[in-house]
Amino acid sequence: MMKLNSTGQLVLILVAVAYLLGVYFISSPVWMGFTINALIVAVLALSWNVTGGFGGLSSFGHAVLYGTGAYTSAILQVTYGVNAWVALVAGIAMAAAVGGFIGALAFRYGVKGSYFALVTLAFAEVFRICAASFDFTGGGSGLQLKLAPGISNIQFADRTVLYTFLLAIVVLVMLLTAWIKYSRFGAYLVAVRENEDAARALGIDTYRIKVLAMAVSGAFGGLAGVLYLQLWLFIDSSIAYGSSVSIEALIGPIIGGAGTVWGPVLGTLGLHLIGEGAKTLLSNAPGLNFVLYAVVLICALRFMPNGLVGLAGRIGPFAKKESKDA
Amino acid sequence: MSTLILPAVISGLMMGAVYALVALGLTLIYGVLHIINFAHGSLLMLALYAVYFLNTYLGIDPYLAIPIVLPVFFALGYALQRGLIGPMSSGSEQNVLLITLAVSIIIENLALYFWTSNTRNIDIPYVYDTVELFGAFIPFGRVIAFFGALAVVPLLWLFMAKTRTGSAIRAVAIEKRGAELVGIDVNHTYAICFGIGTACVALAACLLLPTFYVTPQVGYTFVLVAFTTVVLGGMGSLVGALVAGLLLGLIESLCGLFLGDSLGQIGIFIAFILILLLKPSGIMGKAP
Repeated sequence: MMKLNSTGQLVLILVAVAYLLGVYFISSPVWMGFTINALIVAVLALSWNVTGGFGGLSSFGHAVLYGTGAYTSAILQVTYGVNAWVALVAGIAMAAAVGGFIGALAFRYGVKGSYFALVTLAFAEVFRICAASFDFTGGGSGLQLKLAPGISNIQFADRTVLYTFLLAIVVLVMLLTAWIKYSRFGAYLVAVRENEDAARALGIDTYRIKVLAMAVSGAFGGLAGVLYLQLWLFIDSSIAYGSSVSIEALIGPIIGGAGTVWGPVLGTLGLHLIGEGAKTLLSNAPGLNFVLYAVVLICALRFMPNGLVGLAGRIGPFAKKESKDA
Repeated sequence: MSTLILPAVISGLMMGAVYALVALGLTLIYGVLHIINFAHGSLLMLALYAVYFLNTYLGIDPYLAIPIVLPVFFALGYALQRGLIGPMSSGSEQNVLLITLAVSIIIENLALYFWTSNTRNIDIPYVYDTVELFGAFIPFGRVIAFFGALAVVPLLWLFMAKTRTGSAIRAVAIEKRGAELVGIDVNHTYAICFGIGTACVALAACLLLPTFYVTPQVGYTFVLVAFTTVVLGGMGSLVGALVAGLLLGLIESLCGLFLGDSLGQIGIFIAFILILLLKPSGIMGKAP
């Protein structure tokens, strides 16, 4: 699933894998708990990576996909008593549909660049206000799932089992990302990012490719939302559609390396480690982890344009000058 | 029903004028620097806090705070562009958007940390004296905000048309390389422009706070409305921003009247999506 270009990248990935496996042996509920959160955000980051990384379609409103997945699943389970696994699939499908719909609308009218970022942001905001105002979404008080541990309800009493489950999902989404990357679809998507006019001139149906990318991104993002719901058993409009979700979606991939398989996961894990460290040092002050994320983001934009993966790619005996593969 | 509609129209226009003022700064920055300044709303929030603290701890009337807050925020905007956004973005549109987003995250979360998420407002009794306008009773503070915001457009226009700095800004906006060749300091002009945009926000804060409130999150709502205003008015057009601001105030107020208060802003965002899709050049803008 990866084509390594340098020892730097290999070391980076080995450190991450060692950390993810190490969590099993540290047996500290704090480490486990925060890594569980980071894994869910990593799925969201991988979702942003499909459009923002491969396609160069930078979204500022990925919360719209995450929230739709979470709300679809919650409404089905709470109101209609549907099985959690069925609700999971429905959440993913619904988020993919919303992603495809937004993409179809935006790309039909040739929205691109910063305008695309603003359109997605506006959609997230419209969904947030609707979720807070209508009755079937629980309005301002949100939706609460019944506590019923058991694999058939995707609720895990044992944290180690939950952790393994999430780890398996992250690996699965990474495998799918790698598959996209090396598929014809991925190549088309990168072509759209690099030069859309040229891609179209070569006969690529760029509109279809971009809408498809939004739908795939929607599926991943919806999955992340459902996972959040299954973990916390509660969502409301600002948890599901809030701007902080959209920010978390884009910040990990950009810092880790957009358009790579490992970048979004590495970036998200790294950021959460920094954020958690800051929380411990500064006695749990609200919002300070986001301040740190933003500072890291500015530094990353300035000093490592291809993210951690790009930076690591330049270290070691087989290093290429600028490498994005990992 | 008509007895309800007219007051809604008037109070919508009053709010719209403030939207227009906030958007003026944003459209000026876009028109010259060609960047979308995501931190605009957070700067408004910061200015609202400045006015709040000046009033609460020093007893300064928010309207008399204008000569204090305005230069401070001009300097802040200048420094932000010159010291951070300019050098850090390496010129890419995508990076600028992300860097201003990062700046807004930093400002908002620091505000949350230092000032907590409590809603604060100031108590100036006279701003709630009502004025009767076409049968609608409007708080005096809203009327001041309306005319204050309206007055800024001709002033800004005069500044751009008649002063040397204004000419330099226009020159840089039209032809950056050419302006550089005739000896205009482009980075300085960019920063001046960013400073003026930020000063607009400070003025809006002084006019807004007497009849409004401040929380660390207040900027987020305004920045979205301001984007809508700027896009609807045509990126870079001052008159367009004014017309669009008034229009959006009207839309919000009428949506609030017909759909209920919590859904009022949905009209704005749907308008935003429709404009971005159908006519991204806006009502007064040139074709992109």
